[in-house]
Amino acid sequence: MDPITLSRWQFALTTIYHWLFVPLTLGMGWFVAFMQTRYYQTRDETWRKMAKFWGKLFLINFAIGVVTGIVQEFQFGMNWSEYSRYVGDIFGAPLAIEALLAFFMESTFLGVWIFGEGRVPEKVHLASIWLVAIGSNLSALWILLANGWMQHPVGYVINEANGRAELVDFFALVTNPKGWIFFWHTISDGLATAAFMILAVSAWHLVRKQNVDFFKRSFHMGALVGLIASVLVFLGGHTMGQYMYETQPMKFAAIEAHWETSAPADFSIITIGDLSGKREVWSFRTSQIGIPGVLSFLACNNFSCEVKGVDELQAEAVAQYGPGDYVPLMVVTYWTFRIMMTFGFIMMGAAAWFLWNTRRKDYENAKWMKLVPFGALFLPYLANASGWILTEMGRQPWIVYGLLKVEDAVSPNLTVLDLWISLIGYTVVYGALAVVMVKLMVKYAKAGPDAAMHESVDVAPALVGADD
Amino acid sequence: MSYEMLQTIWFILIAILWIGFYFLEGFDFGVGMLLPFLGKKDEERRAIINTIGSVWDGNEVWLLTAGGATFAAFPHWYATMFSGFYLALFLLLVGLIIRGVSFEYRSKNPDPKYRNRFDWMIAIGSFLPALLLGTAFANLARGVPINENMMYTGNLFTLLNPYGLLGGLTTVAIFLLHGANFLSLKLEGELRERVNGFAKKLWIVATILYVILGIFTYTAGFWARGIVNPGIVPITAIVVLLVAGYFINNKMEGWAFIMVALNIVLTQVTFFTMTFPNVMISSTNPAYSLTIYNASSSQYTLTVMSIVALIFVPIVLAYQGWTYYMFRKRISTEKKTLVY
Ligand code: HDD
Ligand code: HEM
Ligand code: HEM
Repeated sequence: MDPITLSRWQFALTTIYHWLFVPLTLGMGWFVAFMQTRYYQTRDETWRKMAKFWGKLFLINFAIGVVTGIVQEFQFGMNWSEYSRYVGDIFGAPLAIEALLAFFMESTFLGVWIFGEGRVPEKVHLASIWLVAIGSNLSALWILLANGWMQHPVGYVINEANGRAELVDFFALVTNPKGWIFFWHTISDGLATAAFMILAVSAWHLVRKQNVDFFKRSFHMGALVGLIASVLVFLGGHTMGQYMYETQPMKFAAIEAHWETSAPADFSIITIGDLSGKREVWSFRTSQIGIPGVLSFLACNNFSCEVKGVDELQAEAVAQYGPGDYVPLMVVTYWTFRIMMTFGFIMMGAAAWFLWNTRRKDYENAKWMKLVPFGALFLPYLANASGWILTEMGRQPWIVYGLLKVEDAVSPNLTVLDLWISLIGYTVVYGALAVVMVKLMVKYAKAGPDAAMHESVDVAPALVGADD
Repeated sequence: MSYEMLQTIWFILIAILWIGFYFLEGFDFGVGMLLPFLGKKDEERRAIINTIGSVWDGNEVWLLTAGGATFAAFPHWYATMFSGFYLALFLLLVGLIIRGVSFEYRSKNPDPKYRNRFDWMIAIGSFLPALLLGTAFANLARGVPINENMMYTGNLFTLLNPYGLLGGLTTVAIFLLHGANFLSLKLEGELRERVNGFAKKLWIVATILYVILGIFTYTAGFWARGIVNPGIVPITAIVVLLVAGYFINNKMEGWAFIMVALNIVLTQVTFFTMTFPNVMISSTNPAYSLTIYNASSSQYTLTVMSIVALIFVPIVLAYQGWTYYMFRKRISTEKKTLVY
């Protein structure tokens, strides 16, 4: 494999891995902060236990988010040095601001939260978990503004003298709609992920009739927040689609397998491509079941507007940027989009269904409860990964949309050997981390709230000998 | 403000971030490396970890911020250094990864074997970054092969020259000493005695290495490659290190800590003054060196970032300082009081 492919694989692997842990951190922080606040207000022990129990899971997850984040911060320079030279003037700023504003805040106050109970005043302890939640969501904002700029560059000029992009309007960078829509979609997605994690773990205990009150309260919260959040995810997603249609028409066409420009445009229900991933073999579209113009509606809220197709956009791109292949790998963009969207709808439906059922007193006995622990977990996690793969692969061959191609961004001094060493190294280390982390998550999730109340596992009877 | 002024300010700011990182994470790394040697019983190890438990992540963010600020203010510096030192940084990251998770995970299972494994990961994960950072900085002082396109043309072994390795080992020794001093301030009882014994021995090793490094740097002409002669600063650095020995032997823990901390700060100041205005000296041809002038961002970006830094750096300093104050009490190995 050549250095570009290896660097791409490495970046994809490490970011997707980082991103497996981030959404839960983003959402769970709010939950724990809320629970602890309720305890502070009501002195109801169950709230305290909830904050402790879900807080433990939050921490186990957080640890991996942090260490994998450091890799992300360095990788731009390590693997994409030409990218860093070309856009550092712009892209470096949000990254530095993220560290200064968000990372300091979350890491410092997380320390206060973990070690401060009983040592700092209760109000300070409570404030610290809120600051952790705010800090982690702020970090999402800045990194998404950075990524938003790569997807839709604004506020810059190309400096002919030194051949790089330079910032001329910081305000445009921080108000880039692309970044803010990312942010909306992402933080609601974080809440939804946390809600579904809570639903899954609660259902597991409810089926076993353990700590019924505790987990019913949790389940209820999970269902309510899960519903609200997944509706917000959907609305954000729809807005994203429309903004994508305006700013990244090629990506829009590629996630829809939309080949030919048409008005009104038809939405594909299933399209099968050939092995190159770039040609269509067979497709089934909404007009075949009598509803034409769905894609037009998704793009611009009316059933008749024109949506440009891949073929025309490719020709336009060649005319504008010179010869080359400007079509992303459509099998990937098309299917990841469908996975994300389908799961999004299922999540909305499921959360509504759970919420509806919590009206019944003995809903924990329902048969479907047994399925929740499995279904509720894989939905958000797969949707999360799909969403980013679609976003990032959909901008290929660009690293900065319309400005810089991935092939021109890679560090020229790296050898194939360097890259194999690091790629294999990360894979091994990350793989081992995943095993340990999942084991601990499962162990603590199963052990339940009483074990979490103990500061040390040494003195937590529910854990000792539980499964080791 | 003039462009040159801004470039200088950002150079100083990044130097401050590195100094802060060395000062803070220096004792973190030291504590991490000492952990398996110093702590015999599980409670002792837990107590040792707890001395840095609430702060290590915040300290590590100094490194992230130094990286981020370098990216924003001197993109070419960031690009050349990070891609050039690729495998060294990869190892450093592996160290930071295993170390970070171990702090959180080592107590999640009562099995002594499980815990011991994680404790060793903390030690190795503290040793690797200390060694590699020291090696990297020594090489930056020495000069590394950089061609006319600002591209690093060496490999990992280019960095492993005697001077680089000496820099690495000295950093490890100084961090160990710094960590031991920090521990003797934070622990009590038998552990405190034990760590004082360690500190005495570590001081001898660290001082010898440090003096050799100093002589090497001076005679090899790595001195004052830029426009400023650090002169008095490194001399003071050696003096405070010697004075630290006196305080360690007389169990004046607070003063010992301050002296070694000063030594670390002054060493970094020396490094940054003796290279200024270069940020990466080319050993291929001095004309290819990266300087604050040819590696920097535009005036506009530097201005914006200065405003951001002016607002937020004081806030960060205030709350980080406040957490140290909050957790200033000594930590005992009594089980009831330990936080896991
Ligand atoms: C639980 C996770 C989840 C769920 C259920 C959905 N999404 Fe999503 N989506 C993401 C998680 C996600 C993500 C991983 O968070 C992405 C990647 C980039 C981003 O900001 O969010 C994303 C990106 C993303 C993009 C790409 C934006 C771009 O590249 O410019 C679009 C168009 C949508 N989403 C649309 C939707 C729609 C119409 C959904 C229907 C319900 C939906 N998403 C559900
Ligand atoms: C955390 C969520 C993210 C995930 C899961 C993700 C996923 C991916 C994937 C799959 C690729 C490989 C695409 C390809 O080569 O075909 C990629 C590339 C890349 N992404 Fe992301 N990404 C995420 C967020 C970000 C953010 C926030 C940034 C910038 C701030 C970013 C910057 C990059 C860069 C520089 C590349 C390499 C160049 C390229 O291949 O296009 N990513 N990412
Ligand atoms: C590719 C670009 C990315 C970079 C450079 C990056 C960098 C980092 C770093 C350095 C940390 C550790 C902070 C610490 O030590 O406390 C971290 C953690 C975190 N990152 Fe990322 N990150 C990236 C992608 C993302 C994305 C896309 C999001 C959210 C939308 C995100 C959200 C977070 C959050 C919430 C944390 C806190 C801890 C946790 O992850 O569990 N990051 N990231």
